[in-house]
Amino acid sequence: MVENNINIQNPVLSIRNLSIAYDEKKFAVKDVNALIERNAITAIMGPSGCGKSTLLRAINRMHELYPKIITKGEILLNGQSIYEMQTIQLRRKIGMVFQRPNPFPTMSIYDNVIAGYKLNGIKLNKDQRDDIVEKSLNDVTLWDEVKDSLFKKGTFLSGGQQQRLCIARTLAFNPEVILLDEPTSALDPIATAKVEELLVDLKKKYTIVLVTHNMSQAARISDNSMFMYLGELIEYGKTEAMFTNPKNPKTEEYLTGKFG
Amino acid sequence: MKSEKITKYVLFAVSLIILLIFAGMVFSLAGGAMPVFKEYGLKFIISADWNPTTGRESYGALPFIIGTLITSLLALLICFPLSFSTSLFIAEFYHKTRVASVLGTIVDLLAGIPSIVYGLWGFYTLRPVIIALGLSDQGFGIFTSSIILAIMIIPYATSLSNEIITMVPTELKEAAYSLGATRFEVIFNVIIPNARSGIVASYILALGRALGETMAVTMLIGNANIIPDGLFSTGNTMASLIANQFGEADGLKLSALIAIGLLLFLITAIVNALGKYIIRKFS
Amino acid sequence: MNLGSDIAYIDTFHRRKVRNTIFKIIVIVLSVITTSPIILILSKLIIEGVGQINLDFFTQLAPDTFQAMSAKMSGEKIPGGIVNGITGTLFLVLLASLIAIPIGIMAGIYLYENGSKRYTNLIRNIADIMQGIPSIVLGIIGYIWIVKNITHGFSALAGSVALAIMMLPLIIRSTEETMKMVPESIKEAGAALGVPYHRIILKVMIPSSFSGLMTGILLAVSRIIGETAPLLLTTLGSPVINFEIDKPTSAVPLLIWNFYNDPNMIDLIWSSSLFLMGFVLILNLISKRIIAHREKN
Ligand SMILES: Nc1ncnc2c1ncn2[C@@H]1O[C@H](COP(=O)(O)OP(=O)(O)O)[C@@H](O)[C@H]1O
Ligand SMILES: [Mg+2]
Repeated sequence: MVENNINIQNPVLSIRNLSIAYDEKKFAVKDVNALIERNAITAIMGPSGCGKSTLLRAINRMHELYPKIITKGEILLNGQSIYEMQTIQLRRKIGMVFQRPNPFPTMSIYDNVIAGYKLNGIKLNKDQRDDIVEKSLNDVTLWDEVKDSLFKKGTFLSGGQQQRLCIARTLAFNPEVILLDEPTSALDPIATAKVEELLVDLKKKYTIVLVTHNMSQAARISDNSMFMYLGELIEYGKTEAMFTNPKNPKTEEYLTGKFG
Repeated sequence: MKSEKITKYVLFAVSLIILLIFAGMVFSLAGGAMPVFKEYGLKFIISADWNPTTGRESYGALPFIIGTLITSLLALLICFPLSFSTSLFIAEFYHKTRVASVLGTIVDLLAGIPSIVYGLWGFYTLRPVIIALGLSDQGFGIFTSSIILAIMIIPYATSLSNEIITMVPTELKEAAYSLGATRFEVIFNVIIPNARSGIVASYILALGRALGETMAVTMLIGNANIIPDGLFSTGNTMASLIANQFGEADGLKLSALIAIGLLLFLITAIVNALGKYIIRKFS
Repeated sequence: MNLGSDIAYIDTFHRRKVRNTIFKIIVIVLSVITTSPIILILSKLIIEGVGQINLDFFTQLAPDTFQAMSAKMSGEKIPGGIVNGITGTLFLVLLASLIAIPIGIMAGIYLYENGSKRYTNLIRNIADIMQGIPSIVLGIIGYIWIVKNITHGFSALAGSVALAIMMLPLIIRSTEETMKMVPESIKEAGAALGVPYHRIILKVMIPSSFSGLMTGILLAVSRIIGETAPLLLTTLGSPVINFEIDKPTSAVPLLIWNFYNDPNMIDLIWSSSLFLMGFVLILNLISKRIIAHREKN
């Protein structure tokens, strides 16, 4: 039984009857239905192994890299089925940031920011490139820290800087939606605070879906929250309402630290 | 306590044996090569004249050094597209699937075929094809040998670069895919740049194998003691010359053959050390 | 700015997908081509070789050229077998193993016990370089050390010394790798009971890494068993069965080489090659089995 206490007009994403299995018998995501609000931060919470990453990775069709994974159901982006789009095109509209910072080690900071363009074979002139790099790095408040070492390898940066570089790499491509899978779990508290601040700032321009198993993070920065358990979406609502007054007993147990 | 000490000394002594074997090999090869280097000096290496006829004796290693390098490098060139595609098949396109493990096993089988069997197959199956294609009259020569060498080194090059390609972190590949890259773009912009030095090392080590291969080359290269003048020319490699002429050799000729063995030893040692060094730095 | 590039970007979709597909097809085609030599070689050996294999093949000495010629002229099958080659190969492998296995295992244990000191790294590097030495060069070594100075003539000993040096680095490195997988706790348990060091090695470490050591040894043997070049320079070959270490000895690959060089005996090369190949394959299969079995446990 899903507690759905949220009413979203004009959603960016509509997830319908989504089920995902790594092998035929065991579904990691079971029949999830949800609408994702535009220019908001939606947090996906739940204990480890409950299917958060699996759900997130379905949104930009990451699972198709692994032929054995079965996906059923439908996801709409602005009303259009993502399965009718080219993956290349879809992934440009829906960017992704991973748990461990993963800048390309063979590329400079500069090249990492415009990696999306390079990978997609899009020719830019120098002014355009410089513009994009400066703007994207500014957006993640990294510009002042790295503007003198743009042509050094990105892997020399600290973990938090690397993660912000990865966010910049995603922003550079000007996506509509940004998916983040526990982006701060490998960072120290100060770097985490910076990234959280950044995300709140970014929601003005982007829609953000954030997987986290850190409840207080969800409480601090998200507008809406999903609670998943054993592959099911148990409860979905406004973050504030859900944290103060959870409807489902499982959600309450989780939020009060009984498990997770 | 005492037995512990003894055991430690025994193990140390055995490790010393390895050192002694190695030093002894260098020493014996150098000793055996001494007469010819005394006679010709370094001219032995740059002279192209090999003539064992008594009275007109003259020994120069250049044709064989060149023959060895050309056949091996050509083999590497032929091997590369085949083995690298196989690596991409096994370690990327069909990674962890059944068909990839079958292909891997088949390629491994190539490493189990004795050199002399490759030689027979080259002689009876490949050579007629070369003749039928009109590439050379007898079908012997650099090209024929290089094809066989290429096949022989495929398993070494493939299994090493498989490991290297698998070591490229999934996170990086996924990062690229999440930016909209196609597999082609991921291979050329992420996998190859990240694995480059390891891949180079795999092929250096495969080259090291090709340099020392003996029997198959002996049976196919035509054993002409000349500097090859083309792709389809006959020639001789250092290893095949030794195999051919060692039997009846003595005196200065024996020393010349040992000297060529020493050179071959040095070349392969350097090539292998380089390959291993790069691999170690890579991982 | 981003919108400007959008148009050009969408235009390239199709081209990029086509390029991606073409590349995949090339990879598949080249991979299939890579498998063709093994299939061609194996089928050639089986088609040409099976006919010659019978009981005589395993029990009779190799024919001499006259026997082969007269059989050929009267249109009969070439008589004889390769028993002197088989016994020779077994004898050489046995001798080489007797030399290489104890030295290799002890050196491997030494490397394992002494981590990465300067001296152990030197030994490791030497083992690495030794692994790359061409077998023909080891033939020269066998010739200089044994043929010229000890047996004063071609001999089984000379050949097995060359083969043993080939086996050594493989056994050393596989021993070290296997030892690393023995749980520390097992050794400590032994040491805590006051068991002497050499007994821990003999009774604990070697038995618990037995399958790993076995695999290393089998792979080393399968590598030397088809070697021809070093034997040409050391054991020479023999028309009779020989089990004396200071006498010339035949071996299957040497017989193949003789048959190949004698127009009358050409018919025998395929069966002998098939036998040799089968031998190597079986050794490989057994070691793969052991590895698979170990990984399961
Ligand atoms: N690559 C995979 N292959 C098989 N099972 C997987 C794989 N990835 C995740 N799973 C399983 O799917 C379930 C959900 O995993 P995941 O989505 O990673 O959870 P979360 O991100 O919430 O911790 C878990 O039971 C996990 O074991
Ligand atoms: Mg996860």
